Amino acid sequence: MSGSGLALPWPWLCASLCEEAWQELLKWNGWGYNDSKFTFNKKGQAEFTDCHDDVLRIVDLACKHNVCIIPFGGGTSVSSALECPEDEKRTIISLDTSQMSRILWIDEKNLTAHVEAGITGQDLEKQLLESGYCTGHEPDSMEFSTLGGWVATRASGMKKNIYGNIEDLVVHLKVVTPKGIVEKSCQGPRMSTGPDIYHFIMGSEGTLGVVTEVTIKIRPVPEYQKYGSVVFPNFERGVACLREVARQRCAPASIRLMDNAQFQFGHALKPQVASIFTSFLDGLKKFYITKFKGFDPNQLCVATLLFEGDREKVLQHEKQVYDIAAKFGGLAAGEDNGQRGYMLTFVIAYLRDLGMDYYLIGESFETSVPWDRVLDLCRNVKERIVRECKERGVQFPPLSTCRVTQTYDAGACVYFYFAFNYRGISDPVHVYEEIEFAAREEILANGGSLSHHHGVGKLRKQWLKDSISHVGIGMLQSVKNYIDPNNIFGSRNLL
Amino acid sequence: MKCYSPVIYRSLIPCKPSALKNMVLQSDQLQYVIRQISLESGESLDVVQDQATEILDEMGQNLNLAAIRMFALTLSKIFKRLFRKVCVNEEGIQRLAQAIQDHPVVLLPSHRSYVDFLMMSYILYTYDLALPVIAAGMDFMGMKIVGELLRMSGAFFMRRTFRGNKLYWAVFAEYVKTMLRNGYAPVEFFLEGQRSRTCKTLAPKFGLLSVVMEPFFKGEVFDTHLVPVSISYERVLEESLYAYELLGVPKPKESTSGLIKARKILSDDFGSIHIFFGEPMSLRSLASGKLNRSQYNLIPRHLSQRPSEEMHTFISDVAYKVELQQIANMVLSPGVLIAAILLQNVPSLNFSLLVDKTIWLKDLTEAFGGCLEWPDNMSASKVVLASVDLHSNLMRIADGEVVLFENGPNDVLTEEKVFTRAITLLMCASYRNQMVNTYARPALVVLACNMAPSSSRDDVSRTFYFLRSLFSKEFIFFPGLEEKDFEEGSFLLSKCDIVHLTPLEIVLTKNGESAAMFLVRMFQPFLEGYQLAFMHLANEVTGSLTEKQYISGMRSFVTRRILAGDSQCYEALSSDMQKNTLASFMHLGIMKVEKSIDAAIFTVDKQAMADVEGKLGLQMPIMKIPVPRL
Repeated sequence: MSGSGLALPWPWLCASLCEEAWQELLKWNGWGYNDSKFTFNKKGQAEFTDCHDDVLRIVDLACKHNVCIIPFGGGTSVSSALECPEDEKRTIISLDTSQMSRILWIDEKNLTAHVEAGITGQDLEKQLLESGYCTGHEPDSMEFSTLGGWVATRASGMKKNIYGNIEDLVVHLKVVTPKGIVEKSCQGPRMSTGPDIYHFIMGSEGTLGVVTEVTIKIRPVPEYQKYGSVVFPNFERGVACLREVARQRCAPASIRLMDNAQFQFGHALKPQVASIFTSFLDGLKKFYITKFKGFDPNQLCVATLLFEGDREKVLQHEKQVYDIAAKFGGLAAGEDNGQRGYMLTFVIAYLRDLGMDYYLIGESFETSVPWDRVLDLCRNVKERIVRECKERGVQFPPLSTCRVTQTYDAGACVYFYFAFNYRGISDPVHVYEEIEFAAREEILANGGSLSHHHGVGKLRKQWLKDSISHVGIGMLQSVKNYIDPNNIFGSRNLL
Repeated sequence: MKCYSPVIYRSLIPCKPSALKNMVLQSDQLQYVIRQISLESGESLDVVQDQATEILDEMGQNLNLAAIRMFALTLSKIFKRLFRKVCVNEEGIQRLAQAIQDHPVVLLPSHRSYVDFLMMSYILYTYDLALPVIAAGMDFMGMKIVGELLRMSGAFFMRRTFRGNKLYWAVFAEYVKTMLRNGYAPVEFFLEGQRSRTCKTLAPKFGLLSVVMEPFFKGEVFDTHLVPVSISYERVLEESLYAYELLGVPKPKESTSGLIKARKILSDDFGSIHIFFGEPMSLRSLASGKLNRSQYNLIPRHLSQRPSEEMHTFISDVAYKVELQQIANMVLSPGVLIAAILLQNVPSLNFSLLVDKTIWLKDLTEAFGGCLEWPDNMSASKVVLASVDLHSNLMRIADGEVVLFENGPNDVLTEEKVFTRAITLLMCASYRNQMVNTYARPALVVLACNMAPSSSRDDVSRTFYFLRSLFSKEFIFFPGLEEKDFEEGSFLLSKCDIVHLTPLEIVLTKNGESAAMFLVRMFQPFLEGYQLAFMHLANEVTGSLTEKQYISGMRSFVTRRILAGDSQCYEALSSDMQKNTLASFMHLGIMKVEKSIDAAIFTVDKQAMADVEGKLGLQMPIMKIPVPRL
């Protein structure tokens, strides 16, 4: 399945993909099914850039010769944002930024770092760590996704409660557009200079230009980190607890609530324990929770927690959160469960490729929704997925689960996972797309947003007008028309 | 003893009636309204809260299994005495059981009798299904013991009028919605809003329907299933009461002693009952593509929101769809056909002729899509005889003639006689009415053919549209689909060789003359009733009047016409038709209404009357309809 991406129309695809590049390609395929899976070639056959000026020259040339550019970071988009528009007649350059991966400077006085936009999350953290810092921005895709990509999609990280989302982290941007360079002249922490021009760039999804350099906030690496988990008798109580945590504004670095199906899924992936003692202990725990506490194993759900900071404060914070949880019938369920929960997020993309071998197709999507609608939205969307699968002839009940992954003052971010067995279905990807379409429709009807952090891309374009009004579309369009009248950045995302 | 373990909604949160009431009282919606009312009226929150509790206690149901068992036992005894048999479509029961498991269910039965909801609960109980909670009229609650029994078997009561009482409405709506959201039990109410005194399906009421739809619109439930239920009686228990009521004799107040007195009907035979559980309609599928639910996204869900235009159209469409479904699933008994024939042959008809005509009408009804209950193992004359026998309070056989009422050649009509004849005729009409909706479309096409200035398609269809909108309160048409109704009506006619369709013209055929005549005469009372109402307004009304004045004015006007021998239209005496004319004339713009707090004042627009006069066929001297006696 992974290789099928190559069947897409690639007018420009280099004929000589070497063996190495193929491997690279497969690795990246952990993400969107139909995205442009471009791979850079280290021997220098395709474009690669190593500094801002090169980008400037490339964009200049593209403008001069009317060539289409699609900037490419880590290739982890799940919104078809990197797919080449089918009706694009011009040559398309995929502008891979992966070689622009240096940290240019670190400013310890202001706690900022100036970084080239092609750096992957993992490398950025690794390199900052050498100086004792971190950005704290950890999206699930951080292995591959790049700083520039985060900016272009308005990314969100798991630990946003402490560090903030990308819009909170960015201090300064340098963007190459067909009209020239967009940047601000100073690094003041906040400005009242009209609408923030960076907000045109953040979430522009490659339609306006290439982000080349970013000044991003950094923090000293936290002294102490602790995972944790809480078991709730049911999802309703869990959501109520998260809501209370948000109300008291005491959310730990990360707090996530898995529903029952996801808990069972995660449980099934639990590695076999080595010693008899631990397995005995596990059995005892299970007995305590289900028999003594009376939790229904088909109802209970788990919240995973991650605390960060001073050791003392973490412990204090931990107690506060567990106390709140106790009010909602939550029982502390140990660090291991918490840690495994977070691992699951990272492995899920790999699991998907593995699942293909067993006729499984699956994907995740997200939304943000006001607190009072979280439960209804989760129930209805999951139900809709089950129904749509049934209607489309999926023979076995699908996996349809959700997770509340972020808390805000006024709402939450919800993630849905769904997978089904496509035995007997001739075009599973198409069926999958139809179901995702229906699910998104359901989300919107239930008061959810079009996207919390995945972006619009081409996949969700059709709903954008209803989401932001036709005047809103006009505003975006006029910016686009001014910056890029010839549609050089012709990925056709958003609009 | 029978083991009662009904299937229940799969995501039901089990709770007791008292817990349910608590949930209602604590709900955001109700709390918000209580705060609002307290602010507006200046009364303290506790006082308003207590009022709300009181209202809830007054209306709340109190499902109790012991009471149900007892009730079921008594009911089965009573029903066995009253009715010969009760027929239920079992595949409908199976569909319903499935629906109850998957979704909150709303049962929407037709309403012809008080027996309706007793019967519904009894049937559901018998088939081991969850007992519905029923929105019943408050009048029952006044009955000692019985009211309490009803309450224990799941009925909850609503006042007949609570317009303007914000708190009452809020408590009521929240109560219904809470039951739906929890999947507590199927909710049952009557779309028609009241028992149809004429046995004609009444135009739907939208209030309760919009309440039960709201949880779906707001995403609080995944889906809601609406189940139309058609209950057809071979003989309606209240038939004579209805006739008296329609003629302005007030209905007796429901009381337990009245019920005991009424026990003499126990010795009467009311024939059989047919209950048809229709295909559950998924609100989700009905709404898909028609409704944008995200309009509820911007306002907190506990605030009530005025339904948008789009929403209103949707609710009304669904209501009509359900009613049309009810009508389509009604089972017509031979008595219905006989009544329709006898009404055209007042006061009597030869028995063998009646049998012939009944057979003929049976075929026509089936061709028009009516569903008939006709015992196959009996000869036609036996069937007719049995039917006449069943309706012995209406008709009897004397000297080979089936007689509705005596009419000696020298009889002088008195007002009293008009009244007694009207009773008989209205009762008779209530049987014919059970099938008028099946006939409405083709019959109006025939009427239009007769009334249109030419036989061109344009003229005929225009006349049809006018008649359709004139009778929009009288018969159930799906809103908007005028053309489709016209096409279907003419198609049915041409199928039965009553009209001949050419691309430009619609012509009545020679073969179909008698059938066409029959159709025209079946709908003649309606047309004439409207013409009479129009004449009354044109000639006798000046200035403004209330509904009451209009009805009594009409009644005396029509009585005078009948006494003078100018009219035979006893049906125009029916208050139901009079109210319908009023609504229809307002719809046509002939009348205007000004609503004040306690009364609505109507005024007549003489200007507009002139336009309608011709269309109503009043400029023509008098509609000449030959009266052949077959």
